[in-house]
Amino acid sequence: MNLDKQYNIQRPDRTKYWMKFGFITFILATLYTIAFTTTDLSYSGSSLSAFDMFKRLFFDTFFDPVVHERIPQYIGYMFETLAIAFAGTMIGAILAIPIGFLAAKNMSGHFSSIGKGILNGIRAFPEILFAVIFVASVGMGPYAGVLAIGINSIGMLGKLYSEVIESIDMTVVEALKASGASRLQAMWFGVIPQVIPEFSSYAIYRFEIDVRASTVLGIVGAGGIGAPIILASNQRAWEQVGMMLIIIIVVVTIIDYLSAYIRKKIV
Amino acid sequence: MQPVTKPQKNNNGRIPIIPRQTKTRMTIIVLVVVLLYAIAAFFTKAYPNRIITGFPHVIDFVKDDLFPPNWSYYKTVSTRLLETWNMALLSTTLATLFCLPFAFLMASNINTNKYVYSIVRFGMNVLRTIPELILALILVAVVGLGPLSGVGALFLFSLGILAKLLSESIESIDKGPLEAIRASGGNVFQVIRYGAMPQILPHFTSYSLYVLEINVRASVVLGFVGAGGIGQILRQQLNLFRFDNVATIIIMTFIAVTIIDMISTRIRERLV
Amino acid sequence: MIEFKNVSLTYPNGHQGLKNVNLKLNDGEFIVVVGLSGAGKSTLIRSINQLVKPTEGELIIDGENTLNFKEKQLRQLRTKIGMIFQNYNLVKRTSVLKNVLSGRLGHTGTIRSLLGLYPQEDVKLALESLDRVGIVEKAYIRADQLSGGQQQRVSIARALTQKPKVILADEPVASLDPPTSHIVMKDLKKINREDNITTLVNLHFIDMAMEYADRIIGMRAGEVVFDGPASSVTEKTFEEIYGRKIKEDDVLGGDEK
Repeated sequence: MNLDKQYNIQRPDRTKYWMKFGFITFILATLYTIAFTTTDLSYSGSSLSAFDMFKRLFFDTFFDPVVHERIPQYIGYMFETLAIAFAGTMIGAILAIPIGFLAAKNMSGHFSSIGKGILNGIRAFPEILFAVIFVASVGMGPYAGVLAIGINSIGMLGKLYSEVIESIDMTVVEALKASGASRLQAMWFGVIPQVIPEFSSYAIYRFEIDVRASTVLGIVGAGGIGAPIILASNQRAWEQVGMMLIIIIVVVTIIDYLSAYIRKKIV
Repeated sequence: MQPVTKPQKNNNGRIPIIPRQTKTRMTIIVLVVVLLYAIAAFFTKAYPNRIITGFPHVIDFVKDDLFPPNWSYYKTVSTRLLETWNMALLSTTLATLFCLPFAFLMASNINTNKYVYSIVRFGMNVLRTIPELILALILVAVVGLGPLSGVGALFLFSLGILAKLLSESIESIDKGPLEAIRASGGNVFQVIRYGAMPQILPHFTSYSLYVLEINVRASVVLGFVGAGGIGQILRQQLNLFRFDNVATIIIMTFIAVTIIDMISTRIRERLV
Repeated sequence: MIEFKNVSLTYPNGHQGLKNVNLKLNDGEFIVVVGLSGAGKSTLIRSINQLVKPTEGELIIDGENTLNFKEKQLRQLRTKIGMIFQNYNLVKRTSVLKNVLSGRLGHTGTIRSLLGLYPQEDVKLALESLDRVGIVEKAYIRADQLSGGQQQRVSIARALTQKPKVILADEPVASLDPPTSHIVMKDLKKINREDNITTLVNLHFIDMAMEYADRIIGMRAGEVVFDGPASSVTEKTFEEIYGRKIKEDDVLGGDEK
């Protein structure tokens, strides 16, 4: 190789890159400095080691007589949790349809930003806050949980629905109008058959999320398995917490598999 | 495949628009869904009519109890919101660092050992099924009250999600570069560093931000079990029936979450 | 009879789709409209059922100026005009029979149709239409499981179910291979003869135009530049319409006959 040869390589202009790099580094450094200085992350000690905790949760639970006695009760709570999730998903999946259509550009034109605004607002609301509001206004119990899950589901489902609607083939609607169908008929026969499979698939997917969410709602009094878990943990009865946790893990896993299977068949 | 059935008159002399078996199947599906809903509504007392009659109560509550919010409470709320954000940021950072090895072990095109693959996958799936609140509950008992247990809970919770998402994008990468590096004698780590990483980096960043959004929301709840953040004062004020303060908490949390979501979405849109 | 009287059409973006068109289309004619893409063929066809609305002139169908029609009259008019599209425009996820039945929507009351309660005569009519294009055995199959040629025949059946007086076909064979194209054109021609339905077809293949048309209308830049019986047309005529020499792409070929 001729080492004396001059290679005329154009060096790319890296100024912009370094400026961006520096900016991002600066932001991150600031954020982490704030995080470490303002939050007290000290270990405040406890009576229970991680190993003991793990043992009590997932091993001792199988040999605790109180747990044995209460298993049917726990399954009942899990059943209530599923009921909250199912009723909530149903409400959300149905109410999301009109809002989804409102938020779709090809259906409502300029008005779509109203629908999109409503959906963004709902999605920015953590569901525990919905649960707090519903428990305070309609009283404790699963009914408040259903309302919280239902309203919260509208946010995500409405957004996904509107994306499905925006991606459909509008030429069908044109064809139906060309044959003299009214606007309503053209929508009903041209749009609905195209969106139903995706709508149901997303609703089933949302059910998975809602099952997880409703296990937590009990903490604010909105029903489900959350309340007995908190109660047991306050009494340091970790064997009982462990059994309920195992029930949740098993049920959620089964539901995830079932849901994936059904969704594969639909689309 | 649908069977080919010729249109034929059925018993009452009419030609059906939908063939009988399709109709039966659809009817069964609808009936099952309705039945499940009926059972669910019965156990939760959430009958359709109560859904409608429930909303006036909500409006009354918002109008009478939540308004006007107690704005002078904003200082306490901001401190707690900052703590919530810090918990989300730190736990997401930890999760992004630790998810990488798991994600590669969960990707069938990188990890060819079937047993390790299945075990890691199973472990991560189990981790994802545990609600973050219960993780927090357990961690509070182990490491004590305060944000540290919250960070730990969110870390474990988001580790599962992030490893799953990332392993999926690793599995869908273009395997040409991987083979090229393998062919020139590269070992597994070199294949990952020079073949896979450049391809998944945008996804990795985008998923990390997505998980940050999730963690911000999740960290609102954790305070209820003493794991730090805004939830702690939310529970306290609820127990005191100070709904004016609760209103301030709700509104400020909503604004903070919206801003974080907006920034994060904007960055994610530019990445992919 | 359809009559264009000084019809012009300017699109909102200022593009002139039709320039001062004067035409008389007689009942039962099989008319092929030819021209390069962008010449205004599609605009001409779509202005008849007002999928695009002419901005000037009069468009007289059965003695009435349809450009003054209100929504309801326009829908009534459209029920008598069947339309066939290049990309079939079927609802892909529903059955062939439901697609064909949707041709009856204009004749069915809104409530009744939303519930899917078509009268039995309509179901029979739909099946007859499918039989005429030779795919009645596919009635319960989902539309997206059919080949392109079969889907186009479904859309012809849908138009037939309207019991139309006029059929408009906008590039009906542009997405099909040569043998299938001929099958579709023969179906259209057969229906035109048997039911005496005025048929307007857009094509850009000159050999097909000459083979199937009674009458050929040539368009260039929104203007009608040729109008005459197919028998009087030669390759020279096409060169005049296109404003250039005939190329290989302009000929489809492929008919085994």
